[in-house]
Formats: sequence, C-alpha cells, structure tokens
Amino acid sequence: MAWRNIWRNPRRTLLTIGAIAFASLLLVFMLSFQFGSYETMINSAVKIHTGHLQVQAAGYQDKQDIRRVVPDPAVIGKILDEIPEVQAYTYRAQAFSLISSEDRTQGIVVTGIDPAGEAEVSKLKALVRQGQFLSPGDTNLALLGELLARNLRVNPGAELTVLGQGRDGSIAATIVGVKGIYRSGLDEFDRASIHLPLPTFQEVFAMRGGVHAVVIIGKSLAAIPFIKAQLKARLAASNLNRSLTVLDWEELMPGLRQGIEMDLISGIIFYFILILVVAFSILNTFLMAIFERTREFGVLMAIGTRPGRLTRLLLIESLSMTAIGISTGILLGSLLTLYFQAQGIEFAGSSDLLSQYGISGRMYPKLSLLSALSGPLAVLGITFLAALYPALKIRRLRPVEAMSYA
Amino acid sequence: MHLRLAWRNIWRNPRRTAVIMCAVVIGVWSMILLGALMRGVAAGMIKNGIATLTGHIQVHQRGYRTDPAIENSMTTPEVVENALRKVLPNGAQWARRVRVNAIASNARHSSGVTLVGIDPATEARVSFIGKAIADGRYLKPDDPHGILVGAALLEQFETKLGRKLVLMSQDTAGEIASRAFHIVGSFRAEMQATEKRFIFVTVSAAQQMLKLPNGISEVSVLLPAGANSEDVAARLAAALPSGRYEVHTWRELLPLVTTYLQLMDGFIFIWYVVTFVAMGFGIVNTTLMAVFERIREFGLLKALGMKPGWIIREVLTESFFILIIGMLIGNLLAFACIYALSGSGIDLSAFAAGAEFAGMSRVIYPAFHGKDVVLANLVVIGLGLLVCLYPAGKAARLIPVKALAHT
Repeated sequence: MAWRNIWRNPRRTLLTIGAIAFASLLLVFMLSFQFGSYETMINSAVKIHTGHLQVQAAGYQDKQDIRRVVPDPAVIGKILDEIPEVQAYTYRAQAFSLISSEDRTQGIVVTGIDPAGEAEVSKLKALVRQGQFLSPGDTNLALLGELLARNLRVNPGAELTVLGQGRDGSIAATIVGVKGIYRSGLDEFDRASIHLPLPTFQEVFAMRGGVHAVVIIGKSLAAIPFIKAQLKARLAASNLNRSLTVLDWEELMPGLRQGIEMDLISGIIFYFILILVVAFSILNTFLMAIFERTREFGVLMAIGTRPGRLTRLLLIESLSMTAIGISTGILLGSLLTLYFQAQGIEFAGSSDLLSQYGISGRMYPKLSLLSALSGPLAVLGITFLAALYPALKIRRLRPVEAMSYA
Repeated sequence: MHLRLAWRNIWRNPRRTAVIMCAVVIGVWSMILLGALMRGVAAGMIKNGIATLTGHIQVHQRGYRTDPAIENSMTTPEVVENALRKVLPNGAQWARRVRVNAIASNARHSSGVTLVGIDPATEARVSFIGKAIADGRYLKPDDPHGILVGAALLEQFETKLGRKLVLMSQDTAGEIASRAFHIVGSFRAEMQATEKRFIFVTVSAAQQMLKLPNGISEVSVLLPAGANSEDVAARLAAALPSGRYEVHTWRELLPLVTTYLQLMDGFIFIWYVVTFVAMGFGIVNTTLMAVFERIREFGLLKALGMKPGWIIREVLTESFFILIIGMLIGNLLAFACIYALSGSGIDLSAFAAGAEFAGMSRVIYPAFHGKDVVLANLVVIGLGLLVCLYPAGKAARLIPVKALAHT
C-alpha cells in the first residue's frame, strides 16, 4: 500500500527523491574527494619528509640534539625485516652545519642518508633534476635542493665545505662535491636541505655507527598502527624500549594531522548545513502530502484503522522514498567518483598552492565504504526525523473533522 | 491588485509558506555566513602575511629577490626614501631593514635564522614586532648588542633573557663576520615558524657587523587603509631611477595567499550554487504542490478569461514574495551572526599547528564583503524565480474544463 501511495503523485515523489539523491551524490563525492586529498597529502609528505614511522632516541623529536642517537640501527633493521607489513626502511642522521661554497655561506641542517635505502623510502631519487642521485659507494658527495643551490651559486661538480660540531663535541669539517640537485616544489624543503651519504656523515660527525632515525614506510596507511604496535612490542622484548621511541607520521608532523582535522570539521559543518536545507525541502513535501490526504486518512480512521498503523504507513512511505533517493545518490556519486578517481581533477592556476602542500597537479578522489556511506546515512537519519513530525501529527487527527476537510 | 492577490495567496496556507521560507532562510544564512568566514580566513592570511615583515610594498636592489645576499643591498637608501616621500599617500609608513641569512648559536645549539636589522621606532609602526614583545623589552635606537628573539627560539636554544647569543653571517667582503649579542627581549608571533626564523637587532648593529656602511637590504611600506598597492607601486617604480631597483607588492611577495584568494571566488560561487540546488528542490516541489492544490482555482480563472501570462505572473509573484521574505530574514540572521562573531572571532588555538600548516591565523574573524552578499541574494532570487517557471508554466497550460472537473 505504501509503495502504491508514493506513486500516486509521481512528480512530487520524483522531486523529493531528486533532492535526496542530489544531497547523497554530493556528499559521496565530496567526502571521497576530501579523503582522497588527505591521502595524497599524507603520502607525499611522508615520502618527502618523515616516512610513516620513525624509531628515534627518546626526546630527539623535541630537541634535535646530535647526542641523542639510535646507537645500533642494524638491530632495529633486523626486527623490521621480520614484520611483513613493512615495505621499506632506511637510516638517517642529521646535524646543523655551515655550508660554504666558493662565495657564499649558509647554515643548514645536513642529513646523512643511505643511498640504497633512501631510494626505496622517499621520493628523493625521482626529484633529482640536475646531476645524479647518490650511489651506494659514494663518499664525500652531496645532493642539495634547487633553491639552496641557487643561493650558494653552485652547480653539479662544484665543491662545498661542511663545518659543524660532531657527536662528541669535536669540530666536524669536510669537503664534498655536488653530485645532484633536486626540486620537490616545497620551497621550504628545497631551500634548506642537503644530503650526504650516511658513511661520510657518520665519519665526519663522529657518530660511531649511530643514526638519528630509522625511517619506515608501511605497505599501506592502514597498516601503520599494526606495525607500530608490533615494533613497540619487539623493542620491549629486546629491552630497547627505554632509550628508543616509535613515532608515527601524526606525531612526526602534528601540523599535517591537525590541518586534516580542521579541514574535515569545516567540511562537516558545510555538509550539515546542506543536509539541513535538504531536510526542510523534504519536510515540506511530507507535510504537503499529508494535508492533501487529510480526507483519505479520515476515511481510513473511520473504518477502523488505528493511528499507529497510519503513522507506520507514512513512515514506510517516506523511508522507501528516502531509500530510493539515497541509493540513486550513492550509485551516481560512486560512478562520478570512480570516473574522477581514474581521470583526476585539474585545478587550473592552483598548482603552485597545492605543491606547497605536497599535492602535484591533479587531485584524485578516493571512494571508500566510509566516504560512500557516511554522508547518505546522515541524510537518511535527518529525513527520518523530518518525516516523523508529520507522521506523528496524524495521530491527532479526528475522523469526522478530517473527512469534512475541504 | 496583482500584488495584493499574491500576498494574500501565500498566507492562505501559512504552514507551507513558513516551512519553505525556513529552507530559504537557512540557505541564505549559510551562504552569507560561510562566505564571510571564508573571506575572514583570507583576510587573516593577508593581514598576517603583511604584518610578518612583508608590508604592502617592498623596494629592493635589483636581483635581491632571487638572490637575497648581502651583495645585493642598496648602498644609497636616500634615493629610495626621497622617492617614497614624493610618491606615498598621506598616512603611509615605511621602515628600512638589513635582512640577511645568518647562523645563531650559543654553547649548546645552533640554527639557521634570518637576521633583521631594524630601526626600532619606524619598524614598530610597520610590522608586527612593535606589539609582539612577550617578555623583556623592545630594542632601543642605540642598542649595539641587544637582540630580540622569538619565544620558540628561546625554548629551542634552552636559553633565557640576558644570556648571550652569537650571530654569524657573511659580510660584504665575503668573510664570515660574527658578533655576540645579549637577549633583551622575546616576542610572540602568530606562527611558530616566525618565532624560530626571525631575530631582530638594530640596523646600525647589523651594518657594523656586516661592514655595510649606511646600506640596507629592503624598504617595506605600509599603506593607509583604502590605498591601492598596485597603483602606488607603479608610481613608485616610475619615480625611482630605472634599472637599479625592484618594487613588489604583497601580491607578488605572498604568492600563496594570492593564489588562495583567486581560488576562493570560485569556491564561494560553487558553494552558493550547491546550497541553492538543495534549496531549489524544495522550492519547486512546494510551488508545484501549491499549484496542484489550486488546480480548480486556476481553471476557474482561466475559464473567466485570464491569460496564461497572467497566471505565470501570479505564481511567480507569490514565489517572489516567499523568496524575498526568506532572504530578508536570512540576511538579517547572517548579519547578526557575523556581528556576534566579529567581537571575539572563532578561536582555532586548539588546532594551532594545523592552522599554521594551512597558513591561517589562530583566530578567524568573519569578513563582510558586500559583493558576496549581493551575489548570494542574486543567486537565490534569480535561480529561485527561474525554477518556479516550471510550476508556473504548468498552471498556465491547464485546460479550463479538465481543471474544473479535477477533484
């Protein structure tokens, strides 16, 4: 009966379903788009900066003191080899130094990297624009960012003097040749980073085999909590947990996580208002439908239908309309999302802005169960509430008055 | 008569009118308020960017922007200042600075910083630093060894006021110059990165250290409200000897903010349209219902000789009233909210790191833009009447006899 009722006035029903479908479609697409851009941002940030996880000496994250080292990184490497979800890992060490070219001097944080491991963990190798990436046997060669190279006025082949303070407080000094120059698009990174081969770094800065971070990339973002827990347990088992900590990307880059939260919250406010506007449209349609059918309900009640049944009838009518609406919305929204997931969305004129957040050129929405269902479910909830009001109203209907309603 | 008829008609079923008006009110309210908040974010970014040593206009030696080194300083700043005096509108302020990359170090730590040599009195009128002192005191004009550092840097260096800080940088002769300063004060900035990056000494101390007699790196100009940066910059460039200097406005100096501003117009418009579509379904539906409910009435009117055009006008006038009243209330509500928020703003301190990541300031004040308000209202009334053409057309095409027979 409910099913037939809703098709008595197909135009109205279609419009209502249209409103619901539109809201659902939009929510599916926008949520997928947001989640997709977060994933792009996280992935590019971990690929340039921090990795998904790092093992560091306790306290190194807050105060980047050269003396707080991971003394024997190979032990951690062995543990990581046993965790299948780990895709790759590498070692890094850092120290602040004076870098001088023939006519310029700058103070920069120097990073020691393991060329083979770094190529698997970060994008650095792919970003080299001039010269070459470091190879495993290299000593006393360096990679540096494009803006730094410009400020120092050097090209591949030039020599740089590195002057800093070693782990034991001694003076660390060496001369390195520029092997390659990279450009990430992140000005901050390209202006203030220089990479040396780890063995050279360890020798110059008297690291005695120590590093500052074991940088880990997991097979997927979802596997990170599991790897973190595993790693912590195994560190505790080998009695290393006292001096070392495991930090995930959220702890390594708190700004990124909060930025995402903020964006998500503002998104939710937008969606909430959108749903509210839709809810009023729907409420209106339901109310209208009932005014129109007051006589009909009067008759139904006069022949003995209980108000409870009428309420149920109306709720079923509205729910089936909503159900059609949101399933259409989910279907169309998913198709739209999948199309753009394959094609990407180009933002003309904004690539400079986006590249500063680590997003290059195109944005890719990402359809997931969460993004496909959470928005439409909210619509379902709100339309149900919107339908409840008119449905309960008929309980107060009096048969005689209702039948004489013009 | 026409208007009166329409006016009475919309109150024949006050509940229906009220519900659809609610949808319009919420739609318009959200359009205007969220538009104002987005503008507020942008205004905060601009304000912050300009106060953080950018100013509205900067003048440098040609080549400084691509290579901000000591060799690219202006050796005769008087030339620039004479031009500024001639060109700048009343109320404009400017400050001269020495600005170079340097290394700050104490016994335990060292880090790369930007050394800014300032004239304490004029600088306080141009950039944030004059009002940002958190602890200690501001620089005095004759402070040969005083230095101001950010609160975050103080913490990073595990040091405090009164302690020594050594600065190293390359001087004009290409040698490494170093000089010890005493920390006289610490400042707080909107962003932690600013606190860690900039350290301030007097311009004469910086000139002595860098062997830069009388030379400066940049002049930063703050214009009075309402002045057009591009116009002033163009006039300034014309007044300066050609080829030796470069003049940039904040739009060029803060490219990220500029891009964001360009994107925002598009975002706001899309948001308006999306909200409207959500609202539009309700408007069409209700108007359509109202038309069907009154099929007999319209049939009668037509049978009495009313032209289809009149009926369209009648239905549209009713929608127009509903839209206008909804818009009025929506506008008033939005203005009230903007007014309420403009006092304290929306505090994002809980997301300070996130706000910093996005380049936003910690407190957002909604910014009222007449253009957005007009656009929102035009979208609602224009598209609103457009979609109501459909039910109106339906009513106009009724065939009198059939309509009268409709129960």
